[in-house]
Amino acid sequence: MTTLAPPTAPVGQHTTTTTTTASGGRSGPVVWMALPALVMFVGFGVIPLVGVLALSFTTWDGIGAIVPSGLTSWRAVLSDPGLPHALWVTFLVMILSWAVQTPLSILIGVFLAAHKRYRGFLAVLYFIPLLLSSAAISITFKALLDPNFGLATGLGIPFLAQDWLGQANLALGVVIFVVSWQYIPFHSLIYQGAVRQIPTSMNEAATIDGAGRVRMFFSITIPQLKYTIITSSTLMVVGSLTFFDLIFVLTAGGPGDATRVLALEMYQTGFQANLMGPASAIAVILVLVGLALALILRRVGGGSASESQMEGA
Amino acid sequence: MVTTLTADTGRSTKPDVVRPSRHWHLRERNWLGGAAGWFWLFVVMLPIYWIVITSFKSQANYFSINPLAPPTDPTLENYRLVIQSDFARYFINSVIVTLGAVVPAVLISFMAAFAVVRGTSRLLRGVNGLFLMGLAIPLQATIIPVYLIIIRLKMYDSLMAIILPSIAFAIPLSVLVLSNFVRDVPNELFESMRMDGATEWGTLWHLAFPLVRPALVTVTIYNGLAIWNGFLLPLVLTQSPSKRTLPLALWTFQGQYSVNVPAVLASVVLTTLPILILYAIGRRQLLSGLTAGFSK
Repeated sequence: MTTLAPPTAPVGQHTTTTTTTASGGRSGPVVWMALPALVMFVGFGVIPLVGVLALSFTTWDGIGAIVPSGLTSWRAVLSDPGLPHALWVTFLVMILSWAVQTPLSILIGVFLAAHKRYRGFLAVLYFIPLLLSSAAISITFKALLDPNFGLATGLGIPFLAQDWLGQANLALGVVIFVVSWQYIPFHSLIYQGAVRQIPTSMNEAATIDGAGRVRMFFSITIPQLKYTIITSSTLMVVGSLTFFDLIFVLTAGGPGDATRVLALEMYQTGFQANLMGPASAIAVILVLVGLALALILRRVGGGSASESQMEGA
Repeated sequence: MVTTLTADTGRSTKPDVVRPSRHWHLRERNWLGGAAGWFWLFVVMLPIYWIVITSFKSQANYFSINPLAPPTDPTLENYRLVIQSDFARYFINSVIVTLGAVVPAVLISFMAAFAVVRGTSRLLRGVNGLFLMGLAIPLQATIIPVYLIIIRLKMYDSLMAIILPSIAFAIPLSVLVLSNFVRDVPNELFESMRMDGATEWGTLWHLAFPLVRPALVTVTIYNGLAIWNGFLLPLVLTQSPSKRTLPLALWTFQGQYSVNVPAVLASVVLTTLPILILYAIGRRQLLSGLTAGFSK
């Protein structure tokens, strides 16, 4: 490998100081290395992204010919009361699942950050839900929440014997609970890693100043976790737009349309009602919501840790 | 200071100014974290316990005894039913899809991350911006054009149809995590490689690859889990039972045997078992790898 000739660079290149970073002469071969990823991402990411916009101005049943039809799909989608409803449900799931996951994840993360052997063991168990597929988790909870043969009977708590997936509000609550069940472990681990990086000297200084535990948690731990909270929240919020499989298997959007989030609305319009045009319009809205959220989160947090690192380099 | 072992004896009510290590504080009186921790352990483990015991119950047993009690007549009948339902084939499909997507995805993402960090051309900056944009966009929203492209490529209802978009969807996050690690490689090392006459290609494999290995593990595991458990792509891009992956098979099996809960749960156990075994073997690397990659 090393016997190959170095890339052809202008002679002047070599005479410049050796501590300079990569320069134009070396970009040539390096650019090629990005090519495979670029081709794949353009082919199955960027082109579909443009394509979804184009398809939203057509009529297509998924099998036959694609016929341009102007704004027909958009009119149909924007006048459908199902759209604001789906947006509202998506928003509810996003906010509520964030509000449940974040405090619990931070608490558990701080708890796990302690270097104690038994907590390492607990961490192993905590992580199990992340190994399961959303399909498996949804199937499990569907059966576990059965009023007669599930948890209610098992624990002997009559209150739990509700028709969990049959009532609109309860079903939404179940979705948020199952989402939290699946993802809290992951976010706890992120927080655990971040808490361990907080310099001990800060807590020592605070102790000398006589700060109590709660005070230290809010004055040191939380501010120090700022970037982690932004990273984790971004993952939660953008991720919540893609809770497709979980809801699809758990409630299929029901009862009625109580848990029909935007991604599910898109799938059902496109692949069940065979209306690819309107489904593409919904997909465009989904993309816009995702981009808007990412921009807002960036504004709020001033860029995540990894992005600011990137810009600073 | 950090390695002080006095944490367990530090129960005195007054903070000791002489050795006020972080241990003393974060460990001892974190009752709220402790309560949350133990409570969540219960919440996590109860369903898992229930899945396992129920999968060994007969249907009669399931309907007659307490749901949380272990089976009174343990049976392997449920597992036999699942295995007879062609789950071996679905397992092989999942292995092919996961390996076929993760290995190329990680390799090309690593190459791209190296290029993005080492190159200075405006082109590469644009490429990186494109990948970063991919992070903000729910890529599932592109499923309809992906479906169209797969049809046009005459790949519909093949495992390749799942593999190609899976690779593309894995790229943005992989490049972000990997480029953060490549950036940490000291520039002097790159320079000395260059002085020795190494090509960028040689530097990529002989210098960056070993140094970035923890991040490569992180990215491999993360993408591997996502693709192994993927549901939407197989659902939309395949059709025939012979092309099913495990999550999809699970879902159709559940539709077929919805009354037979123990059998359905046996299928849940069987589809998760391979991952659990891998987890048991490599859990240390997995846990530390994931946190290393994302806490940065």
